[in-house]
Amino acid sequence: MGKVIVVTSGKGGVGKTTSTAALGAALAQSGEKVVVVDFDVGLRNLDLVMGAERRVVYDFVNVIQGEAKLPQALIRDKRLETLYLLPASQTRDKDNLTPEGVEKVIAALKRAFDWVICDSPAGIERGATLAMRHADVAIVVTNPEVSSVRDSDRIIGLLDSKTLKAESGERMEKHLLLTRYDPSRADRGDMLKVDDVLEILSIPLLGIIPESMDVLRASNLGSPVTLADERSAPARAYFDAVRRLKGEALPVAIPGERRGFFGKIFGRKAA
Amino acid sequence: MLTKPRPIRLKGRSFLALSLAPELPFEDWLVGLDDLAARSAGFFLRRPVVLDVSGLDINKADLRKLIDDLGQRNVRIMGVEGARPSLLGPDMPPAMSDGRPAGDFEPPAEADLDKTQAAPAVEPVSSVPPTATQAPASLMITQPVRSGQSLFFPEGDVTIVGSVASGAEVVAGGSIHVYGTLRGRAMAGTTGHGSARIFCTKLEAELIAIDGFYLTAEDMEPDLRGRAVQAWLEGRALKTGILG
Repeated sequence: MGKVIVVTSGKGGVGKTTSTAALGAALAQSGEKVVVVDFDVGLRNLDLVMGAERRVVYDFVNVIQGEAKLPQALIRDKRLETLYLLPASQTRDKDNLTPEGVEKVIAALKRAFDWVICDSPAGIERGATLAMRHADVAIVVTNPEVSSVRDSDRIIGLLDSKTLKAESGERMEKHLLLTRYDPSRADRGDMLKVDDVLEILSIPLLGIIPESMDVLRASNLGSPVTLADERSAPARAYFDAVRRLKGEALPVAIPGERRGFFGKIFGRKAA
Repeated sequence: MLTKPRPIRLKGRSFLALSLAPELPFEDWLVGLDDLAARSAGFFLRRPVVLDVSGLDINKADLRKLIDDLGQRNVRIMGVEGARPSLLGPDMPPAMSDGRPAGDFEPPAEADLDKTQAAPAVEPVSSVPPTATQAPASLMITQPVRSGQSLFFPEGDVTIVGSVASGAEVVAGGSIHVYGTLRGRAMAGTTGHGSARIFCTKLEAELIAIDGFYLTAEDMEPDLRGRAVQAWLEGRALKTGILG
Protein backbone atom coordinates (compact mmCIF):
# COMPACT_ATOMS: atom_id res chain seq x y z
CA MET A 1 0.00 0.00 0.00
CA GLY A 2 1.33 3.41 -0.97
CA LYS A 3 1.48 6.51 1.15
CA VAL A 4 -0.85 9.40 0.40
CA ILE A 5 0.67 12.86 0.79
CA VAL A 6 -1.26 16.11 0.51
CA VAL A 7 0.64 19.25 -0.41
CA THR A 8 -1.42 22.11 0.96
CA SER A 9 -1.14 25.70 2.23
CA GLY A 10 -4.40 27.60 2.39
CA LYS A 11 -2.89 30.59 0.62
CA GLY A 12 -2.37 30.61 -3.13
CA GLY A 13 0.88 31.23 -4.94
CA VAL A 14 3.19 29.90 -2.23
CA GLY A 15 4.52 27.01 -4.31
CA LYS A 16 2.24 24.01 -3.79
CA THR A 17 2.23 22.92 -7.42
CA THR A 18 5.95 23.56 -7.90
CA SER A 19 6.70 21.60 -4.74
CA THR A 20 4.37 18.73 -5.71
CA ALA A 21 6.15 18.36 -9.05
CA ALA A 22 9.63 18.72 -7.55
CA LEU A 23 9.02 16.24 -4.74
CA GLY A 24 7.31 13.80 -7.10
CA ALA A 25 10.21 13.88 -9.56
CA ALA A 26 12.76 13.58 -6.76
CA LEU A 27 11.00 10.54 -5.30
CA ALA A 28 10.68 8.93 -8.74
CA GLN A 29 14.40 9.39 -9.38
CA SER A 30 15.12 7.19 -6.39
CA GLY A 31 13.14 4.44 -8.14
CA GLU A 32 9.87 4.78 -6.26
CA LYS A 33 6.57 4.57 -8.12
CA VAL A 34 4.96 7.98 -7.84
CA VAL A 35 1.73 9.57 -9.03
CA VAL A 36 1.04 13.30 -8.68
CA VAL A 37 -2.68 14.15 -8.57
CA ASP A 38 -4.00 17.61 -9.44
CA PHE A 39 -6.98 18.49 -7.25
CA ASP A 40 -7.30 22.01 -8.61
CA VAL A 41 -10.29 21.30 -10.85
CA GLY A 42 -11.01 24.35 -12.99
CA LEU A 43 -7.56 25.92 -12.48
CA ARG A 44 -5.23 23.10 -13.32
CA ASN A 45 -1.52 23.86 -13.42
CA LEU A 46 0.29 20.69 -12.50
CA ASP A 47 0.17 19.44 -16.10
CA LEU A 48 2.05 22.57 -17.20
CA VAL A 49 4.73 22.31 -14.54
CA MET A 50 5.15 18.62 -15.41
CA GLY A 51 5.30 19.43 -19.11
CA ALA A 52 2.38 17.13 -19.93
CA GLU A 53 -0.24 19.67 -20.97
CA ARG A 54 -0.29 18.49 -24.57
CA ARG A 55 -0.91 14.90 -23.66
CA VAL A 56 -4.04 15.27 -21.50
CA VAL A 57 -6.94 13.24 -22.88
CA TYR A 58 -8.96 12.18 -19.88
CA ASP A 59 -8.82 13.71 -16.42
CA PHE A 60 -9.70 13.17 -12.74
CA VAL A 61 -13.33 14.24 -13.22
CA ASN A 62 -13.79 11.88 -16.18
CA VAL A 63 -12.63 9.01 -13.98
CA ILE A 64 -14.93 10.00 -11.11
CA GLN A 65 -17.92 10.26 -13.43
CA GLY A 66 -17.14 6.92 -15.06
CA GLU A 67 -16.38 8.38 -18.49
CA ALA A 68 -12.86 6.95 -18.45
CA LYS A 69 -10.91 4.26 -16.66
CA LEU A 70 -8.15 5.32 -14.27
CA PRO A 71 -5.26 3.91 -16.43
CA GLN A 72 -6.60 5.90 -19.40
CA ALA A 73 -6.33 9.15 -17.48
CA LEU A 74 -2.86 8.56 -16.02
CA ILE A 75 -0.06 10.23 -17.97
CA ARG A 76 3.39 8.73 -17.75
CA ASP A 77 6.29 11.15 -17.58
CA LYS A 78 8.56 11.07 -20.63
CA ARG A 79 11.76 11.43 -18.59
CA LEU A 80 11.04 9.24 -15.59
CA GLU A 81 9.46 5.82 -16.03
CA THR A 82 8.02 5.61 -12.55
CA LEU A 83 6.41 9.08 -12.48
CA TYR A 84 2.76 9.54 -13.42
CA LEU A 85 0.31 12.44 -13.47
CA LEU A 86 -3.44 12.41 -12.93
CA PRO A 87 -4.52 15.77 -14.35
CA ALA A 88 -7.44 17.85 -13.18
CA SER A 89 -10.20 18.99 -15.48
CA GLN A 90 -9.97 22.58 -16.67
CA THR A 91 -13.54 22.88 -17.93
CA ARG A 92 -15.40 21.65 -14.85
CA ASP A 93 -15.57 23.05 -11.35
CA LYS A 94 -14.83 21.55 -7.96
CA ASP A 95 -18.40 20.38 -7.39
CA ASN A 96 -17.60 17.54 -9.78
CA LEU A 97 -15.30 16.04 -7.16
CA THR A 98 -17.52 13.80 -5.09
CA PRO A 99 -16.30 12.36 -1.77
CA GLU A 100 -17.12 8.80 -2.93
CA GLY A 101 -15.40 9.31 -6.29
CA VAL A 102 -12.27 10.74 -4.70
CA GLU A 103 -12.16 7.92 -2.17
CA LYS A 104 -12.35 5.27 -4.92
CA VAL A 105 -9.65 6.88 -7.07
CA ILE A 106 -7.26 7.38 -4.13
CA ALA A 107 -7.80 3.80 -2.98
CA ALA A 108 -6.98 2.51 -6.46
CA LEU A 109 -3.87 4.71 -6.74
CA LYS A 110 -2.67 3.58 -3.30
CA ARG A 111 -2.70 -0.01 -4.49
CA ALA A 112 -0.68 0.75 -7.63
CA PHE A 113 1.85 3.35 -6.42
CA ASP A 114 4.36 3.79 -3.59
CA TRP A 115 3.53 7.49 -3.25
CA VAL A 116 0.35 9.36 -4.12
CA ILE A 117 1.02 13.10 -3.95
CA CYS A 118 -2.11 15.26 -3.99
CA ASP A 119 -1.66 18.86 -5.10
CA SER A 120 -4.31 20.78 -3.17
CA PRO A 121 -5.98 23.91 -4.53
CA ALA A 122 -5.70 27.10 -2.48
CA GLY A 123 -8.46 27.93 -0.04
CA ILE A 124 -10.26 25.84 2.53
CA GLU A 125 -13.26 24.83 0.44
CA ARG A 126 -14.33 21.59 -1.18
CA GLY A 127 -11.28 21.02 -3.39
CA ALA A 128 -8.84 21.58 -0.54
CA THR A 129 -10.77 19.53 2.03
CA LEU A 130 -11.19 16.62 -0.40
CA ALA A 131 -7.48 16.72 -1.29
CA MET A 132 -6.49 16.37 2.39
CA ARG A 133 -9.27 13.96 3.36
CA HIS A 134 -7.49 10.67 2.59
CA ALA A 135 -3.93 11.78 3.30
CA ASP A 136 -1.53 9.87 5.56
CA VAL A 137 1.00 12.71 5.59
CA ALA A 138 0.57 16.44 5.03
CA ILE A 139 3.19 18.81 3.68
CA VAL A 140 2.25 22.36 4.58
CA VAL A 141 3.87 24.80 2.15
CA THR A 142 4.50 28.20 3.69
CA ASN A 143 6.28 31.39 2.67
CA PRO A 144 8.08 33.31 5.42
CA GLU A 145 5.49 36.07 5.66
CA VAL A 146 2.60 36.63 8.05
CA SER A 147 -0.44 36.02 5.85
CA SER A 148 0.96 32.75 4.53
CA VAL A 149 1.83 31.61 8.06
CA ARG A 150 -1.63 32.40 9.38
CA ASP A 151 -3.31 30.58 6.49
CA SER A 152 -1.05 27.58 7.07
CA ASP A 153 -2.03 27.59 10.72
CA ARG A 154 -5.67 27.49 9.66
CA ILE A 155 -4.95 24.55 7.35
CA ILE A 156 -3.16 22.68 10.15
CA GLY A 157 -6.32 23.09 12.22
CA LEU A 158 -8.35 21.55 9.41
CA LEU A 159 -5.82 18.72 8.98
CA ASP A 160 -6.34 17.93 12.65
CA SER A 161 -10.13 17.92 12.41
CA LYS A 162 -11.49 17.30 8.91
CA THR A 163 -9.36 14.39 7.67
CA LEU A 164 -10.17 10.69 7.93
CA LYS A 165 -7.11 10.23 10.15
CA ALA A 166 -8.28 12.93 12.55
CA GLU A 167 -11.84 11.63 12.61
CA SER A 168 -10.66 8.15 13.52
CA GLY A 169 -8.68 9.61 16.41
CA GLU A 170 -5.23 9.22 14.86
CA ARG A 171 -2.69 11.99 14.53
CA MET A 172 -1.99 13.32 11.07
CA GLU A 173 1.74 13.49 10.35
CA LYS A 174 2.47 17.08 9.31
CA HIS A 175 5.62 18.65 7.86
CA LEU A 176 6.48 22.23 7.13
CA LEU A 177 8.07 23.09 3.79
CA LEU A 178 9.28 26.69 3.86
CA THR A 179 9.48 27.95 0.27
CA ARG A 180 10.65 31.14 -1.45
CA TYR A 181 13.10 31.80 1.34
CA ASP A 182 15.29 34.75 0.44
CA PRO A 183 18.46 35.00 2.56
CA SER A 184 19.15 38.64 1.69
CA ARG A 185 15.63 39.73 2.61
CA ALA A 186 15.81 37.67 5.78
CA ASP A 187 19.03 39.50 6.69
CA ARG A 188 17.30 42.83 6.24
CA GLY A 189 14.42 41.69 8.43
CA ASP A 190 11.86 41.94 5.60
CA MET A 191 10.85 38.35 6.12
CA LEU A 192 9.82 36.24 9.07
CA LYS A 193 12.71 34.30 10.52
CA VAL A 194 12.72 30.52 10.29
CA ASP A 195 12.52 30.21 14.06
CA ASP A 196 9.50 32.52 14.22
CA VAL A 197 7.62 30.47 11.62
CA LEU A 198 8.48 27.24 13.43
CA GLU A 199 7.41 28.70 16.76
CA ILE A 200 4.04 29.82 15.38
CA LEU A 201 3.21 26.67 13.46
CA SER A 202 4.96 24.18 15.77
CA ILE A 203 5.24 21.33 13.29
CA PRO A 204 8.52 19.69 12.20
CA LEU A 205 10.48 21.27 9.37
CA LEU A 206 10.84 19.22 6.19
CA GLY A 207 13.00 21.67 4.30
CA ILE A 208 13.74 25.24 3.29
CA ILE A 209 13.58 25.99 -0.43
CA PRO A 210 15.48 29.14 -1.39
CA GLU A 211 13.88 31.72 -3.66
CA SER A 212 15.52 31.15 -7.00
CA MET A 213 15.21 31.94 -10.68
CA ASP A 214 15.89 28.26 -11.32
CA VAL A 215 12.40 27.43 -10.05
CA LEU A 216 10.73 29.88 -12.42
CA ARG A 217 12.89 28.76 -15.33
CA ALA A 218 12.06 25.10 -14.70
CA SER A 219 8.32 25.83 -14.47
CA ASN A 220 8.39 27.66 -17.78
CA LEU A 221 10.26 24.77 -19.35
CA GLY A 222 7.58 22.40 -18.14
CA SER A 223 9.96 20.49 -15.98
CA PRO A 224 10.09 19.95 -12.22
CA VAL A 225 13.12 21.74 -10.82
CA THR A 226 14.50 18.45 -9.52
CA LEU A 227 14.66 17.23 -13.15
CA ALA A 228 15.58 20.42 -14.97
CA ASP A 229 18.63 21.29 -12.92
CA GLU A 230 19.53 18.72 -10.31
CA ARG A 231 22.50 20.71 -9.05
CA SER A 232 20.63 23.97 -8.43
CA ALA A 233 20.09 25.10 -4.85
CA PRO A 234 16.29 24.60 -4.85
CA ALA A 235 16.64 21.14 -6.43
CA ARG A 236 19.15 20.10 -3.75
CA ALA A 237 16.78 21.39 -1.07
CA TYR A 238 13.95 19.31 -2.51
CA PHE A 239 16.15 16.19 -2.69
CA ASP A 240 17.03 16.70 0.98
CA ALA A 241 13.34 17.16 1.84
CA VAL A 242 12.56 13.83 0.17
CA ARG A 243 15.25 12.09 2.23
CA ARG A 244 13.67 13.52 5.39
CA LEU A 245 10.23 12.48 4.17
CA LYS A 246 11.52 8.92 3.94
CA GLY A 247 12.54 9.10 7.56
CA GLU A 248 16.20 10.08 7.35
CA ALA A 249 17.36 12.39 10.16
CA LEU A 250 19.06 15.04 8.09
CA PRO A 251 19.69 18.44 9.70
CA VAL A 252 18.16 21.45 7.94
CA ALA A 253 20.57 24.21 6.96
CA ILE A 254 19.24 27.73 6.58
CA PRO A 255 20.17 29.12 3.13
CA GLY A 256 22.61 32.01 3.32
CA GLU A 257 24.05 31.03 6.67
CA ARG A 258 27.60 29.87 6.27
CA ARG A 259 27.70 26.16 6.87
CA GLY A 260 30.15 24.89 9.42
CA PHE A 261 31.82 28.23 10.05
CA PHE A 262 29.54 29.25 12.91
CA GLY A 263 28.39 25.73 13.42
CA LYS A 264 24.96 26.81 12.33
CA ILE A 265 23.68 23.57 10.97
CA PHE A 266 20.46 23.16 12.80
CA GLY A 267 18.79 19.97 13.74
CA ARG A 268 15.44 21.67 13.82
CA LYS A 269 12.52 19.63 14.99
CA ALA A 270 9.73 21.60 16.51
CA ALA A 271 6.80 20.02 18.35
CA MET B 1 -45.59 44.15 -1.36
CA LEU B 2 -43.02 44.12 1.32
CA THR B 3 -43.68 46.16 4.36
CA LYS B 4 -40.98 46.70 6.87
CA PRO B 5 -41.22 43.75 9.23
CA ARG B 6 -41.65 44.55 12.86
CA PRO B 7 -38.57 43.46 14.78
CA ILE B 8 -39.02 40.49 17.03
CA ARG B 9 -38.27 41.42 20.60
CA LEU B 10 -36.22 39.10 22.70
CA LYS B 11 -35.41 39.97 26.27
CA GLY B 12 -33.60 38.18 29.00
CA ARG B 13 -35.65 38.18 32.19
CA SER B 14 -35.42 36.35 35.46
CA PHE B 15 -38.40 34.74 37.11
CA LEU B 16 -38.87 33.12 40.44
CA ALA B 17 -39.08 29.35 40.30
CA LEU B 18 -38.93 26.54 42.81
CA SER B 19 -35.78 24.52 42.65
CA LEU B 20 -36.41 20.88 43.46
CA ALA B 21 -33.39 18.78 44.37
CA PRO B 22 -34.16 15.08 44.22
CA GLU B 23 -32.03 12.56 46.05
CA LEU B 24 -31.07 8.99 45.28
CA PRO B 25 -32.71 6.52 45.36
CA PHE B 26 -35.54 8.27 43.55
CA GLU B 27 -38.16 5.72 44.73
CA ASP B 28 -37.66 6.71 48.36
CA TRP B 29 -37.46 10.36 47.51
CA LEU B 30 -40.72 10.19 45.54
CA VAL B 31 -42.40 8.56 48.54
CA GLY B 32 -41.35 11.58 50.61
CA LEU B 33 -42.63 13.90 47.91
CA ASP B 34 -45.97 12.06 47.78
CA ASP B 35 -46.21 12.43 51.53
CA LEU B 36 -45.65 16.18 51.29
CA ALA B 37 -48.17 16.47 48.47
CA ALA B 38 -50.74 14.46 50.40
CA ARG B 39 -50.56 16.89 53.26
CA SER B 40 -50.65 20.02 51.12
CA ALA B 41 -52.73 19.24 48.07
CA GLY B 42 -51.86 21.13 44.94
CA PHE B 43 -48.63 22.48 46.34
CA PHE B 44 -46.84 22.15 42.99
CA LEU B 45 -49.91 22.92 40.90
CA ARG B 46 -49.11 25.52 38.24
CA ARG B 47 -45.84 26.45 39.92
CA PRO B 48 -42.72 26.70 37.78
CA VAL B 49 -40.33 24.04 39.02
CA VAL B 50 -36.67 23.62 38.14
CA LEU B 51 -35.12 20.24 38.79
CA ASP B 52 -31.66 20.50 40.31
CA VAL B 53 -29.76 17.30 39.55
CA SER B 54 -26.24 18.57 40.18
CA GLY B 55 -24.04 16.01 41.87
CA LEU B 56 -26.36 13.09 41.13
CA ASP B 57 -24.89 10.05 39.43
CA ILE B 58 -27.69 9.26 36.99
CA ASN B 59 -28.09 8.53 33.30
CA LYS B 60 -30.45 9.87 30.69
CA ALA B 61 -33.03 7.10 31.21
CA ASP B 62 -33.09 7.74 34.98
CA LEU B 63 -33.68 11.43 34.43
CA ARG B 64 -36.36 10.83 31.83
CA LYS B 65 -38.17 8.44 34.19
CA LEU B 66 -37.95 10.91 37.06
CA ILE B 67 -39.43 13.68 34.90
CA ASP B 68 -42.25 11.31 33.85
CA ASP B 69 -42.85 10.25 37.48
CA LEU B 70 -43.06 13.90 38.51
CA GLY B 71 -45.39 14.63 35.59
CA GLN B 72 -47.76 11.94 36.86
CA ARG B 73 -47.81 13.82 40.16
CA ASN B 74 -48.69 17.05 38.33
CA VAL B 75 -45.22 18.48 38.92
CA ARG B 76 -44.26 20.00 35.62
CA ILE B 77 -40.56 20.56 35.17
CA MET B 78 -39.71 23.70 33.19
CA GLY B 79 -35.96 23.25 33.24
CA VAL B 80 -33.12 21.13 34.55
CA GLU B 81 -30.21 22.57 36.44
CA GLY B 82 -26.79 21.01 36.90
CA ALA B 83 -27.24 18.30 34.25
CA ARG B 84 -24.48 17.29 31.87
CA PRO B 85 -25.51 18.10 28.27
CA SER B 86 -25.50 14.36 27.52
CA LEU B 87 -28.27 13.83 30.05
CA LEU B 88 -30.73 16.01 28.19
CA GLY B 89 -32.57 14.99 25.04
CA PRO B 90 -34.38 17.39 22.71
CA ASP B 91 -37.72 16.20 24.11
CA MET B 92 -36.71 17.01 27.69
CA PRO B 93 -36.88 20.32 29.54
CA PRO B 94 -34.01 22.65 28.63
CA ALA B 95 -30.88 23.07 30.72
CA MET B 96 -30.87 26.07 33.01
CA SER B 97 -27.92 27.70 34.66
CA ASP B 98 -26.97 30.85 36.46
CA GLY B 99 -29.56 30.50 39.19
CA ARG B 100 -29.33 33.60 41.32
CA PRO B 101 -29.88 33.49 45.03
CA ALA B 102 -33.28 34.62 46.17
CA GLY B 103 -35.29 34.75 49.37
CA ASP B 104 -36.23 31.59 51.18
CA PHE B 105 -39.35 29.94 50.01
CA GLU B 106 -41.21 28.20 52.78
CA PRO B 107 -43.40 25.28 51.89
CA PRO B 108 -46.88 25.76 53.33
CA ALA B 109 -46.52 24.63 56.90
CA GLU B 110 -49.30 22.38 58.01
CA ALA B 111 -49.58 22.14 61.76
CA ASP B 112 -48.34 18.58 61.71
CA LEU B 113 -45.77 18.99 58.98
CA ASP B 114 -42.66 17.07 59.79
CA LYS B 115 -39.76 19.31 58.92
CA THR B 116 -37.30 16.51 58.34
CA GLN B 117 -39.50 15.20 55.59
CA ALA B 118 -40.15 18.55 54.01
CA ALA B 119 -36.56 19.62 53.90
CA PRO B 120 -35.32 17.33 51.12
CA ALA B 121 -38.44 17.88 49.11
CA VAL B 122 -38.14 21.59 48.52
CA GLU B 123 -34.73 23.09 48.36
CA PRO B 124 -34.95 26.76 49.32
CA VAL B 125 -33.87 28.78 46.32
CA SER B 126 -31.41 30.67 48.49
CA SER B 127 -29.31 27.60 48.95
CA VAL B 128 -28.28 27.79 45.31
CA PRO B 129 -24.92 29.42 45.75
CA PRO B 130 -24.13 32.36 43.51
CA THR B 131 -22.42 31.00 40.41
CA ALA B 132 -19.32 33.12 40.87
CA THR B 133 -18.36 31.18 43.99
CA GLN B 134 -19.17 27.75 42.58
CA ALA B 135 -16.17 25.55 42.06
CA PRO B 136 -15.74 26.15 38.34
CA ALA B 137 -15.37 23.40 35.81
CA SER B 138 -12.21 23.60 33.76
CA LEU B 139 -11.05 22.62 30.30
CA MET B 140 -7.51 21.48 29.56
CA ILE B 141 -6.13 21.82 26.02
CA THR B 142 -2.67 20.38 25.35
CA GLN B 143 -2.24 21.32 21.71
CA PRO B 144 -1.99 24.65 19.93
CA VAL B 145 -5.24 26.46 19.14
CA ARG B 146 -5.00 27.10 15.40
CA SER B 147 -6.14 30.07 13.36
CA GLY B 148 -9.86 29.86 12.64
CA GLN B 149 -10.55 27.62 15.62
CA SER B 150 -12.89 28.83 18.31
CA LEU B 151 -12.79 27.40 21.78
CA PHE B 152 -16.03 28.07 23.64
CA PHE B 153 -16.29 27.02 27.27
CA PRO B 154 -18.85 29.05 29.22
CA GLU B 155 -18.77 26.56 32.11
CA GLY B 156 -15.47 27.70 33.58
CA ASP B 157 -11.72 28.10 33.19
CA VAL B 158 -9.69 27.19 30.14
CA THR B 159 -6.03 26.17 30.35
CA ILE B 160 -4.04 25.88 27.14
CA VAL B 161 -0.61 24.28 27.12
CA GLY B 162 0.47 25.64 23.74
CA SER B 163 -0.08 28.78 21.73
CA VAL B 164 -3.25 30.50 20.55
CA ALA B 165 -2.72 31.49 16.92
CA SER B 166 -3.57 34.75 15.27
CA GLY B 167 -7.17 34.42 14.08
CA ALA B 168 -8.10 31.91 16.79
CA GLU B 169 -10.33 32.71 19.74
CA VAL B 170 -10.82 31.36 23.22
CA VAL B 171 -14.04 32.19 25.04
CA ALA B 172 -14.35 31.12 28.67
CA GLY B 173 -16.87 31.68 31.41
CA GLY B 174 -13.99 31.75 33.88
CA SER B 175 -10.30 32.59 33.57
CA ILE B 176 -8.02 31.80 30.63
CA HIS B 177 -4.48 30.49 31.12
CA VAL B 178 -2.18 30.23 28.11
CA TYR B 179 1.18 28.51 28.62
CA GLY B 180 2.48 29.72 25.28
CA THR B 181 2.06 32.75 23.05
CA LEU B 182 -1.37 34.35 22.96
CA ARG B 183 -1.69 35.77 19.43
CA GLY B 184 -5.43 35.47 18.87
CA ARG B 185 -8.34 36.65 20.97
CA ALA B 186 -9.05 35.71 24.55
CA MET B 187 -12.36 36.50 26.17
CA ALA B 188 -12.71 35.55 29.81
CA GLY B 189 -15.57 35.86 32.27
CA THR B 190 -18.09 36.00 29.46
CA THR B 191 -20.97 34.82 31.62
CA GLY B 192 -20.60 37.78 33.92
CA HIS B 193 -17.58 36.93 36.03
CA GLY B 194 -15.74 40.14 36.62
CA SER B 195 -13.24 38.27 38.79
CA ALA B 196 -11.97 36.18 35.88
CA ARG B 197 -8.46 36.83 34.62
CA ILE B 198 -6.34 36.17 31.56
CA PHE B 199 -2.79 34.87 31.89
CA CYS B 200 -0.27 34.16 29.17
CA THR B 201 3.46 33.49 29.03
CA LYS B 202 3.84 35.72 25.96
CA LEU B 203 1.41 38.42 24.94
CA GLU B 204 0.93 39.08 21.22
CA ALA B 205 -2.87 39.14 21.41
CA GLU B 206 -5.23 40.72 18.93
CA LEU B 207 -7.82 41.31 21.61
CA ILE B 208 -8.36 40.48 25.26
CA ALA B 209 -11.65 40.91 27.11
CA ILE B 210 -13.04 40.21 30.56
CA ASP B 211 -16.79 40.31 31.13
CA GLY B 212 -17.26 42.38 27.99
CA PHE B 213 -14.58 45.01 28.72
CA TYR B 214 -11.91 44.71 26.09
CA LEU B 215 -8.55 45.95 24.85
CA THR B 216 -7.41 45.64 21.26
CA ALA B 217 -3.76 45.17 20.32
CA GLU B 218 -3.56 48.88 19.60
CA ASP B 219 -4.76 49.86 23.06
CA MET B 220 -2.34 47.62 24.92
CA GLU B 221 0.81 49.01 26.48
CA PRO B 222 3.59 48.50 23.90
CA ASP B 223 6.05 47.32 26.55
CA LEU B 224 3.76 44.39 27.42
CA ARG B 225 4.24 42.84 23.99
CA GLY B 226 6.14 39.60 24.13
CA ARG B 227 6.07 39.51 27.93
CA ALA B 228 4.33 37.24 30.42
CA VAL B 229 1.21 39.18 31.26
CA GLN B 230 -1.97 38.96 33.26
CA ALA B 231 -5.14 40.95 32.74
CA TRP B 232 -7.87 41.63 35.26
CA LEU B 233 -10.86 43.88 35.76
CA GLU B 234 -10.90 46.82 38.15
CA GLY B 235 -14.36 48.29 38.15
CA ARG B 236 -15.00 49.00 34.51
CA ALA B 237 -11.36 49.18 33.48
CA LEU B 238 -9.38 46.28 32.06
CA LYS B 239 -5.92 46.33 33.67
CA THR B 240 -2.81 44.59 32.47
CA GLY B 241 0.45 43.89 34.21
CA ILE B 242 3.66 41.97 33.76
CA LEU B 243 3.77 38.68 35.64
CA GLY B 244 6.58 37.80 37.96
